[in-house]
Amino acid sequence: MTHASTLITRPVMRLPAWLRAVLLPILGGVLALLAGALLIALAGVDPLAAYAALFRGAAGGPRQLTETTLLATPLLIIGLGLTVAFRSQVWNIGAEGQYTIGALCGGIVSLALPNVPLPLLVALMLIAGLIGGALWAGLAALLKVRSNINEIISTLMLNYVAYYFLLFMAREPLKDPSSYLPQSGKIVPLPALPNRLHIGVAIALILVPVVYVLLFKTPTGFRWRAVGSNPNVARYAGIRVSRQIVTAMLFSGALAGLAGIIQVAALTGRLKDGISGNFGFTGILVALLGRLHPAGVLVAAVFFAMLNNGAEAMSVSAKVPVAIATVIQALVVLFILAADALAQRLRAV
Amino acid sequence: MPNQPLAVQMRGIVKRFGTLLANDHVDLDVQRGEVLALLGENGAGKTTLMNVLYGLYSRDAGDILLDGQPVHFHSAHEAIVHGLGMVHQHFMLVPTFTVAENLILGQPSPRHPLLERQRDVYRRIEALSARYGLQVEPGAQVSQLSVGQQQRVEILKALYRGAKTLILDEPTAVLTPQEVSDLLSILRNLAARGHTIIFISHKLKEVMACTDRITVMRDGRTVNTVETGKVTPAELARMMVGREVTFRIDKSLAQPRDPVLRVVDLWVDDDRELPALRGLSFEVRAGEILGVAGVEGNGQAELETALAGLRPVKRGLIQLCGQDMTAALPRARVEAGLAYVPSDRYGLALLRDFSVADNLALEAFDRLPYTRRGFLRQSAIDGQARALVSQYDIRTPSISTRAGQLSGGNAQKLVLARALDRQPRVLVVAQPTRGLDVGATEYVQRRLIEARDRGAAILLISTELDEILNLADRILVLYEGECMGVFDANRASPETLGMLMAGRKA
Repeated sequence: MTHASTLITRPVMRLPAWLRAVLLPILGGVLALLAGALLIALAGVDPLAAYAALFRGAAGGPRQLTETTLLATPLLIIGLGLTVAFRSQVWNIGAEGQYTIGALCGGIVSLALPNVPLPLLVALMLIAGLIGGALWAGLAALLKVRSNINEIISTLMLNYVAYYFLLFMAREPLKDPSSYLPQSGKIVPLPALPNRLHIGVAIALILVPVVYVLLFKTPTGFRWRAVGSNPNVARYAGIRVSRQIVTAMLFSGALAGLAGIIQVAALTGRLKDGISGNFGFTGILVALLGRLHPAGVLVAAVFFAMLNNGAEAMSVSAKVPVAIATVIQALVVLFILAADALAQRLRAV
Repeated sequence: MPNQPLAVQMRGIVKRFGTLLANDHVDLDVQRGEVLALLGENGAGKTTLMNVLYGLYSRDAGDILLDGQPVHFHSAHEAIVHGLGMVHQHFMLVPTFTVAENLILGQPSPRHPLLERQRDVYRRIEALSARYGLQVEPGAQVSQLSVGQQQRVEILKALYRGAKTLILDEPTAVLTPQEVSDLLSILRNLAARGHTIIFISHKLKEVMACTDRITVMRDGRTVNTVETGKVTPAELARMMVGREVTFRIDKSLAQPRDPVLRVVDLWVDDDRELPALRGLSFEVRAGEILGVAGVEGNGQAELETALAGLRPVKRGLIQLCGQDMTAALPRARVEAGLAYVPSDRYGLALLRDFSVADNLALEAFDRLPYTRRGFLRQSAIDGQARALVSQYDIRTPSISTRAGQLSGGNAQKLVLARALDRQPRVLVVAQPTRGLDVGATEYVQRRLIEARDRGAAILLISTELDEILNLADRILVLYEGECMGVFDANRASPETLGMLMAGRKA
């Protein structure tokens, strides 16, 4: 047996499972960066210079590190929620819409209660975001459990409903009368340090161990993982499968909604078009790249945030199209999935 | 015949899966026109060896010669081109296609890009059927055929593709006694017409009945190759297991007490919503084993899942220890004293990617001592797992090994350990020894007898008539979802039961 692929991968397969789980994504990342270098070279730019610019833009100084942290925050929160959903084999593709509705609900609380003391108001806004996202996801969960409607389709479609509903709300009922732009009045900002790092960052970081414990150290997490592993066996073991599907969906929706209100209150400041920047979709990649483990999701969220922020710097200083960064992100996921598939095949042969 | 090359010659075959050495320098010679049995316990490496031969697995070392020519297959397709055919344990047929469509599937058509003319295909199939005594209807849809007929289609498919050498992996596991004897005569007929047959089995009776030579494997190595006529079943069993084996389980007379499982006029639908159980009634008393005999597909799967609460009951009553449980959730039945060992071990009873320890706690993970104050206590789960692993002799590298990596016998011991550890009052076990080797079978059967003697009521659903005769105190014959009669085990003859299993009233 002298296939080149096994020569490379057989030593990898001898490593312990946890090390493999860490090494494979890194290998995927490196290969994706190499492939990206090829694309950059095709665009007529020196790849090394471009990547240097990318790194400076992502982590070259305190300002860049702050920006990366701010961008990683919503990705991390969404990715953690989706980790729970995907672990339960609930394919929630609707974080984007749940994020939007969460932002909308939290924003409405802020706009409707101008006279509530700040700490209480912030708490109410965050809770409204959680509930809004959960309800939006709950719709898809209900359709799945009651009528066996595929959640991939329903959550995806609900994204569009949420998006246009937000546009309508920003244009009509919530429109700031003092502005001629289609946007709401100002949302109460989250408490933040002078360098703009806000409490949402702390919340996201606290959620990492919380989701880890929930998933691996409580019976609730055991149920979710059991359903995700094999729903028939879970049913045999006395677990009510549809209940787990609903709770996993609600949980992932709630976190997406929380990310939405945190982002809008801390940074965007108003409800308007473009509050999301595709966080809901990038969050899916973050969860998968983080191999559905909270610690991995943290790394993946930071990695994606660096890639995004660095790409802008790269485009400015090295004249590389921003689209290259998006391509590299997609390549990372593809390479990691490919490495995974290869590992599975080697296990089988 | 030193001048005639061997049909199949395998030399020093090595195949590893991770750290497991599945084939350890295995040699195998098969002469043209013979029926050779590859005999061994489960996990001995028989199927692995054949998958290597058939190109499904790549070998780590060794040579394969077909008719004296060295070959190196990268896929089953290449093996088929070289005249090999394999009938797997699980049939590889498209159920919604007809027999003819299944046969031409993947075959080049002479009228490319159109399919071959139907009447040409039918004519060829009919010619083949007649030649080998394999009656099938070319136009019949495969999903409408019985298991035995589907197997004939598989054999026919291999022959249609020009197979000279046929590999059959445990072909009799799914057949009725009558179908088994039909199959064995078909195999003899094929051999008589120059085909070579490799017959994988762990059943001594069949191997003795129809083969020319027997190669015995154990622990990934060939132990011996013997001529069938010059060996006794006891000698073969010793070669397989490596020690003396008793074929009958010693058990005392049952001391039945009150009925604890009552089923009255039970109607249950199958997945296609056709009635699979039609008004079945029976009782199982504490301290006895009621065996449900029958050919696979006569309602057994529906019976076990309905009793466990995994399939809705259309009509009728299920009573556990006096409580009506007809519509109860699985968990409520467990709490009422039911334990269930399903026939579909990996499909229903085990989470493959969970650890052995988590699987052992699967039915009670959210209760004391495994969960306290809302958190799982891994120490309690692991402690219990270590106790059960040693008590039930589950061979596993560690309790954190994934359950999917256990061998069939050890996976079954795990499920059994979990069920018996609760001291259930009612135990429903289905196909408890399917796919298990002689040693593990003996072990499982002893444990069942012990549970009976402790006072458990056991419903044993099995398609192995020998197993039912061995273990049961009373025997119910199930045919097309109906009870054909209940007999005392010591008064029932295999012949009568076989007739009833085939639907003929004695």
